[in-house]
Amino acid sequence: MSELKRKLPGSISGKPLNRGRPEYILRLFVSGILQNSVRAVRNVSRICEEHLKDNYELEIIDIYQRPDLATSEQIIVVPVMIIKSPLPERRIIGDLSNVSMVLEALNCL
Amino acid sequence: MALKSKEKVLNVTLKKAPSGINGFDEITDGGLPKGRPTIICGNTGSGKTVISMEFLVKGALMYNEPGVFMSFEETKEELATNTESLHFNLDSLIKKGKIYIEYLEIDKSQNIAAGRYDLEGLFVRLQNAITRIGAKRVVLDSLDALFYGFDNNAIRPEIKRLFKWLKEKGVTAIITSESDNGFSTKNGLEQYVADCVIALDNRTVNQTTTRRIKIVKMRGSVHGINEYPFTIDANGISVLPLMSQLANQSLSTVRISSGVKDLDGMLDGKGFFEGSSILVSGSAGTGKTSIAISLINATCLKKIRGLYCAFEESSSQIARNMRSIGLDIEPYIKSGVLKMYSSRPTIQNLELHLIAIQKIIEEFGPKIIVLDPITNLISEGINTEIRQMLAHFVDFLKSKNITVLFTAAITLETVKSNPSDEGISAMVDTWILVRDIETNSERNRGIYILKSRGMNHSTQVREFVITDDGLALLPIYISADGILTGSAKLEHTLQKEEQRKLLQNDIKGRKSEIERKRKVMEENIALLKTNLESEVAVLNQIKVEGELLAKSNERDKLEITDLRNKIRSSSEKSKSRNK
Repeated sequence: MSELKRKLPGSISGKPLNRGRPEYILRLFVSGILQNSVRAVRNVSRICEEHLKDNYELEIIDIYQRPDLATSEQIIVVPVMIIKSPLPERRIIGDLSNVSMVLEALNCL
Repeated sequence: MALKSKEKVLNVTLKKAPSGINGFDEITDGGLPKGRPTIICGNTGSGKTVISMEFLVKGALMYNEPGVFMSFEETKEELATNTESLHFNLDSLIKKGKIYIEYLEIDKSQNIAAGRYDLEGLFVRLQNAITRIGAKRVVLDSLDALFYGFDNNAIRPEIKRLFKWLKEKGVTAIITSESDNGFSTKNGLEQYVADCVIALDNRTVNQTTTRRIKIVKMRGSVHGINEYPFTIDANGISVLPLMSQLANQSLSTVRISSGVKDLDGMLDGKGFFEGSSILVSGSAGTGKTSIAISLINATCLKKIRGLYCAFEESSSQIARNMRSIGLDIEPYIKSGVLKMYSSRPTIQNLELHLIAIQKIIEEFGPKIIVLDPITNLISEGINTEIRQMLAHFVDFLKSKNITVLFTAAITLETVKSNPSDEGISAMVDTWILVRDIETNSERNRGIYILKSRGMNHSTQVREFVITDDGLALLPIYISADGILTGSAKLEHTLQKEEQRKLLQNDIKGRKSEIERKRKVMEENIALLKTNLESEVAVLNQIKVEGELLAKSNERDKLEITDLRNKIRSSSEKSKSRNK
């Protein structure tokens, strides 16, 4: 828990492998430390480390602290992960416990 | 007593947030439950968004309650454009921080579900929006979008939480939803909020569409239980309350003149009751409009505001036609005492007409209204429904103490052939019938008062004439041949006149004859008198002569005696001397 709290909010960055810019740019919107959000952060961290190592940029945003971003990014349900890159932009909703769905959305299967 | 105190408690606990929407607060007994969520359900295009938006706009303008509009279907710009025609002036309200609109975009195609989620994003944005302007009113339009965008099982408990949350916030909220079969929502939202459910409906009958509103439930509050028609126009929503207000009517004993002196005479000598409903019926061309205009003319003369609703003629046509009978209403229209509302009944149906009229009543405040004729309106709909609506409308007018005069092409014959027409009679206080009396290939008008509640009205049939100087009633002419009107009456009068003249001549002749005879007689008397007098004179003469004669005789006699005495004494003397 304390580890998560420290990470929230902020960005977790994997170092890019070959290029200057990582292939995957991800934004995860969570709501404080509510159960779904905590699970989502845990899941996304694992998925990124396991599948997108050194090729991703992950920003975790707490909508309690940034309600303006919740509005501008049209957040209605949380947790939600916006895949900004690669295009097209997609949204994965839920606590990301369905790993195969997440990977499918990330085109990592 | 116990019941009364219970009511009191209810009134205290159930505060209302007035909507400020025409007629809506009447049917909801003051507005929506304050600080509670209300569901408005209705099919597509039934006016959910408009009524919600008006609730916010009126709340901001009239009750200083800022409002948040969370739109799931239209963007801020779309909403502003779509409500522009309604003169809500959203932009300025938004700038002043009285209204805040937020668009919540749900695009299902972009969403890939991977695990459990909740609606916390919506809660955060809602909270943010509420604190931003200090909102007291909230609209969520419409929550169905959530059901299309997300998994039902995930959403349902969240919706339940949303209603609870809204209640805790103490905001008066409207949640709109598509309706399922009229009175319930497609997604069964009403199971979460049990306080107030309002259904909107958009029904097409005989190619005319009517919007209707119904309060399905409103916990702990009195409310109208019927379906009420409503309209959406440039000024927003207007609901025709049509509440039964019979009990609340305060009745007036003030009388108003009908504008026709003789007609007033038939009505107890004083005219109609103020705030009563009057039906003038009769077949075509019997002068119903003229009677109506006479009444309007009389009231306008006293600077009493009047509203004339013409469903057959345009207002200018009425003004022109009425000038021909000496009633000029043009100046009243110009000075603003009289308002004309003319519309073809086919353009919209009765409810919409009544709403339009009701709006004019609210704005203009007339004390007298003419509907000429209502039969045109009735032709537009199903009988019982229309009559109910009219009855409600009459009640509404009565509650405002407005005198109403209907004209209708209903005659006793049509009532006989269509007994349901009688229902109209039940809601009028005074029923004047104008009838054609057809004799000798001529048509004349007879007028009589079929009923007039609360007054000792005349039961006579009078002849009704329209002259260059307005309307007048003549007494019906009764002859040996029956009731006579028009030229038959004229003929009869002429005949009588002739007879009378002849008789008069006769009398005159006889009179002069008598006069002459009297003169002769008097002359004779005079002559006889003279004769008599002369005879009397002769007699007197004779009498005098007689007297004179008698006197002279006496004197003679005395003289003779004297003479004799004288003679004797002398002879005696001579005798003695002779001796």
